[in-house]
Amino acid sequence: MIYIVIFFFLVSIYIYCLLGGADFGAGIIELLEKKQFKERTRNLVSEAMAPIWEANHMWLIIAVVVLFNAFPIVYTQLLVSLSIPLILMLIGIILRGTAFTFRHYDAIKDSSQELYSKVFEYSSLIVPFFFGLIVGSIISGKIVTDPSSFYEGYINPWLNLFSISTGIFVASLFSFTASVFLTSEISDKRVLDDFILKSKKSIVAAVISGLLVFISSLIDHVHFFESFFSNYLSIGLMVVATAVLPLLWKILEKGLKWLSRFLVGAQLLFILGAFYLVYFPVLVKLQGGNYLTFYNSAAPEITLNYLGWALIVGSLIIFPALFYLLKVFKTEKQT
Amino acid sequence: MDNLFAARSTMAISLAFHIIFACIGMTMPFLMVISNWLWIKRKDEIYLKLTKAWSKGVAIFFAIGAVSGTVLSFELGLLWPGFMKYAGAIIGMPFSWEGTAFFVEAICIGLFLYGWNKLNPYIHWISGLMVGISGVLSGIFVVCANAWMNAPAGFNWVNGRAINIDPVKAMFNPAWLSQSSHMIIAAFIATSFAVAGLHALLLLRNKNNLLHKRALIIALSFGSVFAILQPISGDHSAKDVAKRQPIKLAAMEGHFKTDKGAGLTIGGIPDINTETTNYGIKIPKLLSFLAYGNFNAEVKGLKDFPRNDWPPILPVHFGFQIMVGIGFLLAFVGALFWILYLKWKDKLTAKWFLKIAAFCTPLGFIAVEAGWIVTEVGRQPWIIYNIMKTSDAVTPVPYQIVHLILFIIVYLFLSVMAVWLMSRQIKVLDNFQILKND
Repeated sequence: MIYIVIFFFLVSIYIYCLLGGADFGAGIIELLEKKQFKERTRNLVSEAMAPIWEANHMWLIIAVVVLFNAFPIVYTQLLVSLSIPLILMLIGIILRGTAFTFRHYDAIKDSSQELYSKVFEYSSLIVPFFFGLIVGSIISGKIVTDPSSFYEGYINPWLNLFSISTGIFVASLFSFTASVFLTSEISDKRVLDDFILKSKKSIVAAVISGLLVFISSLIDHVHFFESFFSNYLSIGLMVVATAVLPLLWKILEKGLKWLSRFLVGAQLLFILGAFYLVYFPVLVKLQGGNYLTFYNSAAPEITLNYLGWALIVGSLIIFPALFYLLKVFKTEKQT
Repeated sequence: MDNLFAARSTMAISLAFHIIFACIGMTMPFLMVISNWLWIKRKDEIYLKLTKAWSKGVAIFFAIGAVSGTVLSFELGLLWPGFMKYAGAIIGMPFSWEGTAFFVEAICIGLFLYGWNKLNPYIHWISGLMVGISGVLSGIFVVCANAWMNAPAGFNWVNGRAINIDPVKAMFNPAWLSQSSHMIIAAFIATSFAVAGLHALLLLRNKNNLLHKRALIIALSFGSVFAILQPISGDHSAKDVAKRQPIKLAAMEGHFKTDKGAGLTIGGIPDINTETTNYGIKIPKLLSFLAYGNFNAEVKGLKDFPRNDWPPILPVHFGFQIMVGIGFLLAFVGALFWILYLKWKDKLTAKWFLKIAAFCTPLGFIAVEAGWIVTEVGRQPWIIYNIMKTSDAVTPVPYQIVHLILFIIVYLFLSVMAVWLMSRQIKVLDNFQILKND
């Protein structure tokens, strides 16, 4: 049963990165948009996100619940050691969700719209940055179970080059998926070209910050570089993810919406997979070379059994409902 | 301020904020689908307008409730890692079900809000109904987890570790039913009376406005039924507390001396130094009867428990008095509504009744907050009753005061914004109706 639980945990993280990530990325794209196109992009983002963004962000809750139910030691260790970036990320999540809702539902559209947008855009950048930073910190091997000082226990695990570059990498990656997702909502040719360009720019940013992750791992002695390049499957996945880029742009230009969405989803899966394969089944790397893994941190068998069944039954309810939601709102525009 | 108190305060304001949105999220969808049903059946434009206005409220409050709920799933570990380390494996199950229910709610809310022109009216209506049903289920699951902290079950605690875990027994612990039914009913009452109160306020400005009149009738006929039922559920809860947490009952009542045939104190100010409760109205033997169904039953007083195990007496006592007082007041207003509705329907828009309804706007929520103070503060110093002390569960991360201040700022800001946003919604709605009536 533990494998089912692990499967659902990884799937929810992946879907959160894909769909939630695209939502964050949309906010980043809005933030970086030139002044004269701001209005246009804001409308596009609002329209694309409104019916589905809440569902997209449920995946984070599912992942957190699975984590504290099935791997409570990992959950508590992370929430203690990384409490500062987590609190900052949470504040970003609150501000972002409410600002988006306020912007969308405020009955009077006046100057306050500008404020909502500003809050929404900046928090859209902050949340994925801290999300990436936290992911980087988890594998950085700087987390201490029994710290002797405030700095060692609660600052050093995340305030380092490796974690910060992982944060930048994740933010750029999310902007990339967002630009592809948004492209598929556009019918105007000139706007379309503009967004394809955006997707190219953001993938360049992702590649550069990805290199930064590798370099900083060497500087910070994270042993990421060596492990990555000794894992052939990871290298293979990364190569495939890069190789399909030209194909993706071709498809975008042709306006094949579902295919481009599918392809970018596969790319994200390969990229995330390539990174996580290096570590599986490790969940947290602790200082001194110890690990918390899926296996050594798992709750008793009976808890995993009930959780596993809950997840199976839950997904039988959620997935059809979700497909229905997407079918209603995301297919009609094609006609 | 020490870390423990800062952490408790952060948890308190996070929960106090979230519970308002959770209550609205559980109740407004039902009001919305009642109005939607009337629109489908009677084809009266006003019901359509009302449904859309309420659904906007649902959308706004659900979004804030969803993000503040996400935050809570992290706060549990940020503030109480010592608790979550053990509790996660025991009581995680209702949370995983809650996740599913919440997810269904998010999907259905998307369908309802944006599906007006894309779905068959009945499928659309069902999606609205599902928002309410899954909201209530979420509420029940979460309260199950809280009930477990009051009535721990489904494990053995041996040498500071949990063994023989049984997640089903933990979820359906002895307090789950009394607590979750009390909470769901309270959510129905608080939200319905608040909605009715707002529309009453608007009717006071323009009493010919049909939209507000219909809104008032829908909200009150829904809420009043539950307001009249709530004392029964409250009695059930009190008997539960008497059986399992006698010290909490004693704190609620300000009952210091163990007594056979104990009297019920209404109001009063407990004095911890003299160990007496002064200035209250005392009804002989009633406490024994309410707690144990026997006028001569023995009710344990606070003096029989070690001082170290006392919860803070004043907030628990006042919280309880406020909750019960408001509960009875709303039950009375609910009964009054039915009398008027059945006998003198035109009096429903009479100034005096509208004023009463408007006065009730915040009361239900005040009662909900007061009730949670009784539950949570009344359980102190335990986080898992008689098993784990709150002080043993608190995070080792220092400077929790900063965490507290940050969250106070954020929640204060959001509360102001939410109120401001609602007032703007109402302003627009009101303008529309006045124009229409002219």
